[in-house]
Amino acid sequence: MNTFQQIKTLVYKDIVLEWRSKYAINGILLYVVSTVFVCYQAFKSVDTLVWNALFWIILLFASINAISRSFTQESAYRQLYYYTLVSPAAIILSKIIYNSLVMLLLSTIAYAVYSLTFKQPVGDPLLYSITVLLGSMSFATVFTMVSGISAKAGNNSTLMAVLGFPVIIPLLIVLIKLAHNALVGLDRAISTGEIVVLLAINVITITISLLLFPYLWRD
Amino acid sequence: MRKSWWKILGLVMVASAIVGGLLGPVPVLPILHETIRNVYFHVPMWFAMLTLYLISVIFSVKYLNSGKIEHDLLAVEAVNTGVMFCAMGLFTGMLWANITWGEPWPNDPKLNGSAIATLMYLAYLVLRNALEEEQKRAKIAAVYNIFAFPVMIVLLYILPKMTDSLHPGSGGNGTFGDLDMNNHMRPVFYTSVIGWILIGVWVFTLRYRLRLLENKKNQIS
Repeated sequence: MNTFQQIKTLVYKDIVLEWRSKYAINGILLYVVSTVFVCYQAFKSVDTLVWNALFWIILLFASINAISRSFTQESAYRQLYYYTLVSPAAIILSKIIYNSLVMLLLSTIAYAVYSLTFKQPVGDPLLYSITVLLGSMSFATVFTMVSGISAKAGNNSTLMAVLGFPVIIPLLIVLIKLAHNALVGLDRAISTGEIVVLLAINVITITISLLLFPYLWRD
Repeated sequence: MRKSWWKILGLVMVASAIVGGLLGPVPVLPILHETIRNVYFHVPMWFAMLTLYLISVIFSVKYLNSGKIEHDLLAVEAVNTGVMFCAMGLFTGMLWANITWGEPWPNDPKLNGSAIATLMYLAYLVLRNALEEEQKRAKIAAVYNIFAFPVMIVLLYILPKMTDSLHPGSGGNGTFGDLDMNNHMRPVFYTSVIGWILIGVWVFTLRYRLRLLENKKNQIS
């Protein structure tokens, strides 16, 4: 099997595993919906700035919860078995793709529930959707590698937060700014710089993950 | 690196930068006034920090290739020294900001970026403490160090350029060199930068050699 097929099979395997139990995805969805609802009950109505910040904070914690388990849900023996079958690049890429898909589903539902409860006119819905899409992808790429590192380090959730937050903050700053541009409906030409930076960070993160993961899994 | 000429050179350069920086002529500018002399002390800290972090990443890459424990020790001591220079850079910056911008911590992307970058390197040190086994610790820490480095570059040098910033050279501001420095200041400034980088590297090698001795002491012969 070449790498591309390996990635396809691994992503398919992850989806099937999740589909059989539906435990993780339902748990995270419930988490997102209840957090949104708690925020709604607490704030009732908010201004644009807070609305935007709150949404990204909810997404941040949801993504950390969703992705932190990506390397621990299967036993070490089964992972050893995978490592004998496929290349490490295929494993990290398949995890990134699978986590991006999960995050995409998650953020779409979060966005739908959020805008349903908090009524907030979005100036440029298409750009906001693109931001959400880019955001879920960025969370997935960064946190997949960080969760791999923290899984090797005994996987306590504190470590995941300590390692992950400083790395995600620059992305979050750009995302919040881009989302704010979309909310107030600024001209799209203004936001191209942010989109380019986001894409560039994503490309860099994926490249570094690909380079470093082979060293990480070889125990 | 055991030769001593570059250490003496570093000392002489820093000493002459201190004397020249405090006594030399500076342009009279509004708001900045005499505090412009801080550029000789504040900016070199960041140069020294960046050099040390760069050294650290290089040795992390080397560790992953070679698996020699010495390379890991070099990487961690470079980070330890770099964090110290970062703290001094923040401190001198806060003193300066208090006078020119009115408060020690204005909401500036470069300040926040450097604070977050510090958090990242402190996380690296926490990660090392979380792991017991030496080889495993060295490897995972090296991976995180390399992973964090480009993010640090983005935080300190790319994001501030995109937003409004109080710092020169950011957010469409002219750089300090174009606007405020005159030709009397330049030689002192470059002497100070090179001197502090040399001192930083010296401290780093000293710490590394101490760590080596400690390792030797702890070994069962």
